[in-house]
Amino acid sequence: MSGAAPGPLDRLLSGDRPGTRLLNLLLLLLLASLLLAPFLFPGTRSLAVAARICIFIVLAASYDVMLGYTGIASFAHTMFFGMGAYGVAIALAKLSAGWGAVLLGAAAGVALAVAVAVLIGLLSLRVRAVFFSMITLAVASFALILATQLRDLTGGEDGLTFSVPDVLQPSFRLLAEPVLGVRLDGRIVTYYLIFAAALALFLLMLRIVNSPFGRVLQAIRENEFRAEALGYRTVVYRTLAGALAAAMAALAGALMALLLRYNGPDVTLSFSVMVDILLMVVIGGMGTLYGPALGAVVLVMAEYYLQPAMAALSGSLAGWPLLPALFDPDRWLLWLGLLFVLVVYFFPAGIVGKLRERAG
Amino acid sequence: MSDGAALLELAGVHTHIGRYHILHGVDLAVRRGRLTMLLGRNGAGKTTTLRTIMGLWRPSAGEISFDGAAIGALATPDIARLGIAYVPESMGIFAQLTVRENLLLATGPQGFDEARLEEVLALFPALRQKWHSAAGSLSGGQKQMLAISRAIIEPRRLLIVDEPTKGLAPAVIQQLIDAFLRLKSTETTILLVEQNFHMARSVGDDVAVMDDGRIVHAGAMADLAADEALQQHLLGLSLASHQ
Repeated sequence: MSGAAPGPLDRLLSGDRPGTRLLNLLLLLLLASLLLAPFLFPGTRSLAVAARICIFIVLAASYDVMLGYTGIASFAHTMFFGMGAYGVAIALAKLSAGWGAVLLGAAAGVALAVAVAVLIGLLSLRVRAVFFSMITLAVASFALILATQLRDLTGGEDGLTFSVPDVLQPSFRLLAEPVLGVRLDGRIVTYYLIFAAALALFLLMLRIVNSPFGRVLQAIRENEFRAEALGYRTVVYRTLAGALAAAMAALAGALMALLLRYNGPDVTLSFSVMVDILLMVVIGGMGTLYGPALGAVVLVMAEYYLQPAMAALSGSLAGWPLLPALFDPDRWLLWLGLLFVLVVYFFPAGIVGKLRERAG
Repeated sequence: MSDGAALLELAGVHTHIGRYHILHGVDLAVRRGRLTMLLGRNGAGKTTTLRTIMGLWRPSAGEISFDGAAIGALATPDIARLGIAYVPESMGIFAQLTVRENLLLATGPQGFDEARLEEVLALFPALRQKWHSAAGSLSGGQKQMLAISRAIIEPRRLLIVDEPTKGLAPAVIQQLIDAFLRLKSTETTILLVEQNFHMARSVGDDVAVMDDGRIVHAGAMADLAADEALQQHLLGLSLASHQ
């Protein structure tokens, strides 16, 4: 009953195919767009959007490992994101602008994130879910305060600006001649570093959630006592899931620091980033990994393009009563909120959940 | 196989849930290689007894021993690892996992023992057709079959099943009875909570009857099945009404 041997694609996706033709198409389109982003959408701004999408795919997917697969509602995910970012930022600002500092900073950020996640897990996963969420909220607030207070180390509210290794500098030239009209500079190298890392981390998470370990996480999500009655120490599994998600978030943070060449509390630690992650996971579809990837695209695009789109709309409606004010670019959060309410109302299982339901 | 010796033994077990005193000194022996029925009215404490054995509730007094070792203070996963499989009431399946994944959860990292899997699927052939379906999409009877299959997919020393026939159609109940009879023939030790007296009479070797948090009768199932007055006294029913 074990079925036919898996093909190479199944091996790469750990046997977890997106599930429907439309979803396959959407994800292929996303992969192709991100792969060719520097050539399809030239320009600093669109490259930054593509890189942010890659980073938030990892961040949202790692949150999904906790929330969607294990059923743990944590509000400390940005803290782990921040630990990775601060690790790289501090190492590059205080040591040297070399790859050694990048690796050391990322490793330190990941180690700290894993240690804190294990500590939170062992201390508080035995308490009821709602108390666990509150504890994570308190710890995350504490981390945010700490980051703004330790000015010598973190740069306080202003954050840290630093130099990155030469190949990632915008002034670096990979080739003297442009390829397909695009100059291959350090920005492009940075983008492809982020793209490759994000793709590898996403496939790794796909592998983990589809492993026997991932099955136990899903069993715990559905009914903890039943899982314990099968002999699984659920606290250990939940703590491991938390540590894994924290490590992934820290790596995403390290990539963010390399992209921005800056890190501060607003960029990686603020509560609005946490809300963004939640929205990505819920809009895309919890417990699917592919869902948060699509959710990340929707949200990052909305943040970057909703305002200009509204400005254009508002301008074209000039002369009408009320409408220009309604579509004023300053009101973009209102429309994003409305979008979220509509998505939750019409697609409670998220984009991926809805598509799979239609197909199945 | 020392027939007659108790594999699981409860002596004077009290359990409190919050401020409620549910079990008032339960004495119960589950003998090796035999199927012990635990009967009783709703609210008598049967499910609490099973959950206390599995470590969900800690006994506030009394001893629980498995194969001679005290297990009353162990955590649920450690109790399960001693070789005790528990099928909770209302089908303890994981609805969003497939039938295959539900069964894999109960195997070790090495996966299925193919011969054992074939034996289990021979007991419940319906599961074979639903192999890759989400367990939540199964019928009530199939869910129960899956829950029991998961409990026996690896050889266990004791199988504890809580009301497997609850809410099932008579034809499905008959299938379960057949399955338990075949399990019995492999000398598996089983503790079975049931309300369905027909099922209890068909499969039980020994019986214990609970009322108000205590064991009020223990003996051979055949004796209880033959004594209508005793049934009426203990369970408020007679066999004739449960044919």
